[in-house]
Amino acid sequence: MSDQPRMPIESGTPDHFQYMHPVLRKNYGQWAYHDRPRPGVLHHVAKSGDEVWTVKAGSPRQWDILSLRTICDIADEFCDGYIRFTMRGNMEFMTTDESKVEPLIERLEGLGYPVGGTGNSVTMLSHTQGWLHCDIPGTDASGVVKSMMDQLYDEFKNEEMPNRVHITTSCCQINCGGQGDIAINVQHTKPPKINHDLVANACERPAVVARCPVAAIRPAMVNGKPTLEVDEKKCVCCGACFPPCPPMQINDSEYTRLSIWVGGKHSNARSKPMFHKLVASNIPNNAPRWPEVAEIVKKILKAYKENAKEWERMGEWVERIGWKRFFELTGLPFTKYHIDNWRGSRNNLNQSAHIRF
Amino acid sequence: MAIEKHHTPMIDQLEEGPWPSFIKGIKRLRDEHPSERINAMANDLLGQLETSYETRLGYWKGGTITVFGYGGGIIPRFTELKDDEGNPRFPKAAEFHTMRIQPPPGFFYNTDVLRKIIDIDERHGSGMICLHGQTGNLMLVGMESDAVQPCFDEMNELGFDLGGAGPCVRTGMSCVGAARCEHSNIDEHNIMRTLLNNFQDDMHRPALPYKFKFKVSGCANDCTNSIQRADMAIIGTWRDDMKVDQDEVKAFVEKKGRKYVIDNVITRCPTNALTLHDDDTLEVNNKDCVRCMHCINVMTKALHPGDDKGATILIGGKRTLKIGDLFGTVLIPFMKVETEEDVEKLVELAEEIIDFFAENALEHERTGEMIERIGLANFLEGIGVDVDPNMVERPRTSSYVRMDGWDEEAAKWEERQKAAAS
Repeated sequence: MSDQPRMPIESGTPDHFQYMHPVLRKNYGQWAYHDRPRPGVLHHVAKSGDEVWTVKAGSPRQWDILSLRTICDIADEFCDGYIRFTMRGNMEFMTTDESKVEPLIERLEGLGYPVGGTGNSVTMLSHTQGWLHCDIPGTDASGVVKSMMDQLYDEFKNEEMPNRVHITTSCCQINCGGQGDIAINVQHTKPPKINHDLVANACERPAVVARCPVAAIRPAMVNGKPTLEVDEKKCVCCGACFPPCPPMQINDSEYTRLSIWVGGKHSNARSKPMFHKLVASNIPNNAPRWPEVAEIVKKILKAYKENAKEWERMGEWVERIGWKRFFELTGLPFTKYHIDNWRGSRNNLNQSAHIRF
Repeated sequence: MAIEKHHTPMIDQLEEGPWPSFIKGIKRLRDEHPSERINAMANDLLGQLETSYETRLGYWKGGTITVFGYGGGIIPRFTELKDDEGNPRFPKAAEFHTMRIQPPPGFFYNTDVLRKIIDIDERHGSGMICLHGQTGNLMLVGMESDAVQPCFDEMNELGFDLGGAGPCVRTGMSCVGAARCEHSNIDEHNIMRTLLNNFQDDMHRPALPYKFKFKVSGCANDCTNSIQRADMAIIGTWRDDMKVDQDEVKAFVEKKGRKYVIDNVITRCPTNALTLHDDDTLEVNNKDCVRCMHCINVMTKALHPGDDKGATILIGGKRTLKIGDLFGTVLIPFMKVETEEDVEKLVELAEEIIDFFAENALEHERTGEMIERIGLANFLEGIGVDVDPNMVERPRTSSYVRMDGWDEEAAKWEERQKAAAS
């Protein structure tokens, strides 16, 4: 090879101002207030008096470039060639011309991009990669999200919930999807199935032993080959050993199930941030539409919508009414598996004489 | 040459329904894109995905692919679906790597640059782009091994750089912030960018015990979810009095009614710091206020953060693996981050933390787990940060601790109090 390889320019994260609408640049750090003229539209007013309308629209998040070029065309036509994306995968089209808002909404909805996701709506599910691209997925991600959002479409387009609802999905128990008011996460129910012929060559065994959260993995010899074995009585079926050791297969067509968790919240508004809590499990991983998951999610959302006070996030609502009432309102069974036994678990028990009747 | 389209009855069902369909998008690439290479890649991707939907199993395995000069940033994916002879069943998508790219802070784009990214992906990738991943990367999804270097070279020339993957400093995230939010207390994008660009070596050449994430939110609403997801969370706040426009308060009460204001603002304050007077003016006890943002969220015109703005720094947030979910906890209750020198101090703090993490964390241990193992007090001593009551929910409740250094520690506190007063 005569050519010198090209060395990378370690430019890192690029400058944001070059890609920002001039009105946002001009009023950077100088915004006065905002309101929401209708669901899906934010109206921000700067101290200078400048105004900007933001139209928020849902997206497939995993884009094909043909559709993305159409999005660029729309941004050129309505928004001076600027667009922004939110961390949940929604698009934000910003314009300084109020008269463009309605035609913009019409264009987006005409192309199948729903306008909504603002305020107290159910916004876009945040999700992971799933079967489409992950190397350890127990389920799909984009497909689960598509199925849920089809069913929650009206809740995305309207602002009828007590407060905003963030739903997340995760395709393994590492939970890259994050915390949510409702989280739909993979739950494995059987220990890994080990291919002992492959472990020695594929896995750095001490690292795999160290990875187990309950110390259930130990070195072993099987058929004269060094391998690993799992104490199945100790194993919590989390799948943490699978990424560093693919011959310890945790995913299973039947025994990889789904759990639903509620009450996670990252905002500090009113109450401190909260983690989500287990409410339902052993739900079948029923591609392509996951109807059993959707049924439980809708049940939870209905109870929340009908019973929570304004501004109460799901976790705050349950803390006010108590878990007894939550299980009554949703009709979900309460089991021994709901009682925490992980580190710090006593803090999740009722250490008082406060009883709900 | 027409391709033979795979039969995909299961994922076809995801074309139905009102929400935008990613399957429709992949099919557009298969059926409508002028490039035969992209048509074939999309077709075989659909074939593999359909198989996953049928068997409920994933079929990608990782590997080691990177670009010249770097050690990470590409997520290699090779198909595991092979026939009896060991040939890929879906050969055109047999190599389907993801290129992680650090996006502009706040995910702001103009269409000129977005079109150029699309063109580059069209030349080298599958025509699929994820906007954006959960950590905050722009991801070019689906690329053959040979395409990785030329694709990166073009992205790099356009002004973009690879993101983090593996045990390294990861791509960061900042909320919409100062660009379009009146709640912004700090220059989120500049802080995120300055921090990340100081650690590019640690991002491109994975050599830490495990991943390390920065996230920057302009206020306690924490729109980047930093407390639950970032090793180092930077959250905007203020230390002087909250701003109250009494005329706007009165207008709000008149519009929404006293009951609404009492039920949704006054009684929702977590520290009972608000009083609504009989003349519909609002009194704030700023000593009790914890800057939670609720009343400001409700009364966006009447209430605003104060003028003496800065940031609270939290450390150790992460998701489940391995010891369970951890929130970030307070490391620095308040620091100014306005001037270049202020931001430089923040970078120095991050350097101390990452150095300590690199030297003291076990393999595959996040900062939160390391602090859980060694105790916050030891961590603070290690990085040279003084203790502060804002770091705890409550003091310890167990007497099982050796405390024969008490007088020296109490003297340090007295000294700091005196220094602060002078």
